[in-house]
This record gives sequence, structure tokens and C-alpha cells, in this order.
Amino acid sequence: MSDEVVIKTNKLTKRFGDFVAVDAITFDVHKGEIFGFLGANGAGKTTAMRMLCGLSIPTSGEAKVAGFDVFSQPEEIKKNIGYMSQKFSLYEDLTVLENIEFYGGIYGLSNKEIKDKSGELTEKLGLKHEAKQLVKSLPLGWKQKLSFLVAIVHQPKIVFLDEPTGGVDPYMRREFWDLIYDAADKGITIFVTTHYLDEAEYCNRVTIMVDGKVDALDSPKGLREKFGVATIDEVFYKLAREAKRSAD
Amino acid sequence: MSAITLDHITKTYNKGAVLAVDDVSFSVEKGEIFGMIGPDGAGKSTIFRLLTTLLLPDKGTANIGGYDVVKDFKAIRGILGYMPGKFSLYQDLTVEENLEFFATVFDTTIEQNYELIKDIYVQLEPFKDRRAGKLSGGMKQKLALCCALIHKPEILFLDEPTTGVDVVSRKEFWDMLKRYKKQGITILVSTSYMDEATLCDRIGLILGGKMLSIASPEDTIKAYPQKLYALKSSSMYRLLTDLRGFEGTANCYTFGEYLHLYIKCSEEELKKFIGDKGYSDLELKVITPTVEDCFIRLLKERDERRSSDQNK
Repeated sequence: MSDEVVIKTNKLTKRFGDFVAVDAITFDVHKGEIFGFLGANGAGKTTAMRMLCGLSIPTSGEAKVAGFDVFSQPEEIKKNIGYMSQKFSLYEDLTVLENIEFYGGIYGLSNKEIKDKSGELTEKLGLKHEAKQLVKSLPLGWKQKLSFLVAIVHQPKIVFLDEPTGGVDPYMRREFWDLIYDAADKGITIFVTTHYLDEAEYCNRVTIMVDGKVDALDSPKGLREKFGVATIDEVFYKLAREAKRSAD
Repeated sequence: MSAITLDHITKTYNKGAVLAVDDVSFSVEKGEIFGMIGPDGAGKSTIFRLLTTLLLPDKGTANIGGYDVVKDFKAIRGILGYMPGKFSLYQDLTVEENLEFFATVFDTTIEQNYELIKDIYVQLEPFKDRRAGKLSGGMKQKLALCCALIHKPEILFLDEPTTGVDVVSRKEFWDMLKRYKKQGITILVSTSYMDEATLCDRIGLILGGKMLSIASPEDTIKAYPQKLYALKSSSMYRLLTDLRGFEGTANCYTFGEYLHLYIKCSEEELKKFIGDKGYSDLELKVITPTVEDCFIRLLKERDERRSSDQNK
């Protein structure tokens, strides 16, 4: 992890009518950092993430992602990041290889790069035998691992992961995190949300969003000490219990 | 009499090419919360679909509340509530319309069984005119549970009901299940959260379509065959890499702020290995396994069997 800042937000806000979904959040994320973005359902995590990905224009405030402005340069942001949405986003009716080729093409990789990548990714996933199978025939954990590797197929500076391990079993979740560690080690910044609080411990820093605001931001150890509790679960309980907004 | 009984149930897909459920037998007692734990593709959802009369078994028989799943499917549909893994309510109907629809289909009214769903429905009421498709994950899950309960079923089938739900809402959800259990409702539930597994009366570990073990969470943990260590240092990634490279390691994996480890060498050899690596702030202790540790051990063994089969 370096001192280089790759995400910088200042009072970033999103309103939908009277409703303040994201309320003046301010934080920095560093290059190569694994940044955990926690919060209850409806706290505003997905909305915040969509603004940082250039998919939703903020109402007010400032944010720069990979050096580009979220208001004026959303297209540049999209080229420099990877995004794995909560909803499974590969093409179920294409094979493993076809999905890699498709996304490689979208991100402007050359044919040779795509060919090399296809070999590398199927090898890394242990999916060599399944390379020509339709993605819909794979178990969920494999799909999620493939989605992640496809989201970083163009070597982005940052990858945004919105609940990548939801519904994935504990064994496969750890294999997924091995891929995250590997990517972070290569300098890709990881911005990740999760409801599995053991995974919060695997992040360099964690923030817990409550009612659209960023409340606590520290290393997992720092948070535990600050709140005087033994686990991140308890930190989460303390903060989320005070939430006024219901998870609508 | 048991509420749910499976007797040598087998189910294949693609004309026998895929064996989804392999000769599974077990039973669930009335008023019990029975958890099915297993990796993706283990066959859990197929078992749900067989028991809810949506699929026909290839072989074997199953009974729900004394009714046969093949012959008496109509009677069974009246006494069970089912929350599928995928959100399956009408996205274009409002919260209230969905609930009314399900009540009407089961020949009842919201008022008649309001008592049963009251605790959940009060949280949904502010949004009762919102379309179901526009609800957040947590609210969709609450609505799906209401719709599964509106005809006062004897047996509830919940296929990963809390996936994507935050820890506070998950706790509320399980408090609710405990209350339904007290009213005599039998619950068969699957989950990928291992903390929820410990809240079940009994859990069945399922793998490759086979039921491997059935026991209470306490007995599942007692059956863990060897010492489990927890380790911590200020440089966790280095520690993990070191231990995974150690030939005495049987398995080492992350577990919240600790690493968990079991070994195929002696404790002395382990201590010597770590000692030689020169960690200044290492913590090493023997711990009681959790259900999650039992589960990981099982899957690790499967993967080792698989790779040794491939090398043959």
C-alpha cells in the first residue's frame, strides 16, 4: 500500500427528492489498499459506490476517482476502474471463454492480450475443463470468482465490489479473498462491501456507513479498540442500532 | 410422527447426467429448526424443490406432514410455506397487493392470520403502496416471509432467506424464527452464514448431493477430530504465506482477525517452525472449533480427494 490517493471524496452527497441517500461523505482511499465499505441494508452503500463508478451524478460535493472528476469525467473513470455489481453481471448464455473475450474486447484489449488473458484466467480459476461451458452451469462461487477476474481483466487502478460474496459458502469465500489479496498485492485498489463481518477483518481499513453518513473509519483493530469491543460485529451492532432510517 | 421424512431420495438432471441428490434420507421433527449447510451446488435447493412438490424425485419417497410428495402434492401445498432462494414475488405488484394475492390464493385473508405476521408487517407497512421490485434486499426478504406465512403453514421451507441481509436484520429474522418454532411450526432452512447454523436445533452437512452428517451444532463441533490452533501477528499476510508453505500444515485459512490452523506434524515442530521465522508479536493458542471450521475441514478433504483422484 502506498501514500498515493486514488479515491478522494469531499462532502459527496446524493439526494433523491427529499431523501438524502448519501450525506456529505468525506474520505481518502490509497493505492493498493483493501477498503471495506460496511453498513446496514439501505444505509447508502450502493448509491455511494455508483457515484464513485461514474454511474450516478452526485447532487453536491466533490470526488476524484483514479485522478478523474466524477462530475465532468465519468467516462474516463469507467475506463480506469472495474465494477462488480451486486447483481451477477456476466452473460449466462455465453461460455466462460466467451465472457472473457467479450469483456476484454469492451475494454479495448488486443486479440493477443485477450488470448493470453483467457489462458491465464482459466488457469488461475482452475476452470480449464469448464472453459467452454456456459456460465449458467457453474456454481455461484465460481461465477463470482470469474466475475471478479473479468472485472480486472483490463488491469484497472481500482475495482469496486458490491457484496461479491453474498450467498457464497465459507470455503469458497476464502478462495475469493485469496484473489482479492493477490490483486491488491499487484497494486489494484479494492473497494468492497460485505455483510460477512469476518471479511471486514481482511481489509486494511473499514468504514461503517449509517443513515447515509460515514461514521467510523479506521483499521479493524482501531475500530475495535475505539469502541472497546472484541469483534467488528459488536462495532456494527452499536452503530447500526442507532440508525434512524429504516432499510427501505 | 416426523413433520418431514425423506427416504432414499435421488434426483438427477439432464437425463441422469447430473446427480443432484444422491440417496438422501433424514427426518425433521415437528417444531424443529433444521439447518442444511453445504457449498454451492451441493443439492440444497433441489431438496427444497422436491419437498415443496415442484420437482419429482427419480427414486425414493418423501413425506410432509404425513402426505406423500408425489401423490398428495395438493394437500402438501396447503400446509407448507416456501421462500425460494431467488426473490419470486410479483415485482409489479405493491407490498400489500402481493400479500393479498397470496392470502387469496390460499383461500384466506390478511386479517385472519394477521397475528402471525404482525411483527414483520408493521415494519413493511410504511411502504405498503410501494412495488415489490423497488424494495431493498432486507425488505424484500421480510415481504417474502410474510407471503410464505399468510396461510398459517405447518411447515416452513426457507432457502437461504438471509443472503444479502445485514447482521442486525439477520438477528431479528432469527428471533422471529424462534417465535414460530414456539408456535409449533417446523422449519427447514439453508444458510451460508455459519453463525446461523449454530441457532438450529440440528444441522445436516450436505456435499455432492449426499448428506454427510446430521447432529446438533454442539455435537458437530465435538466430533472435530484434532487440535485447532488460532494464530495472530501484526503481519497476517506474511504469516498466512509462511504457514501455507510449511510442510507440517494440513490446512491454514483466515478467520476474522486470526488464522486457523490444523497440522499433520507435532506441536513442537510447529512451534519450532514459527520460532525460526522470528515473529516478534506472535499469538498462538488452541481453540474450540466453530461449525464453520467443521465445514471448511470437510471441503478441504473433498478437494484433496478430488486432486488425488485426478493424479491417479
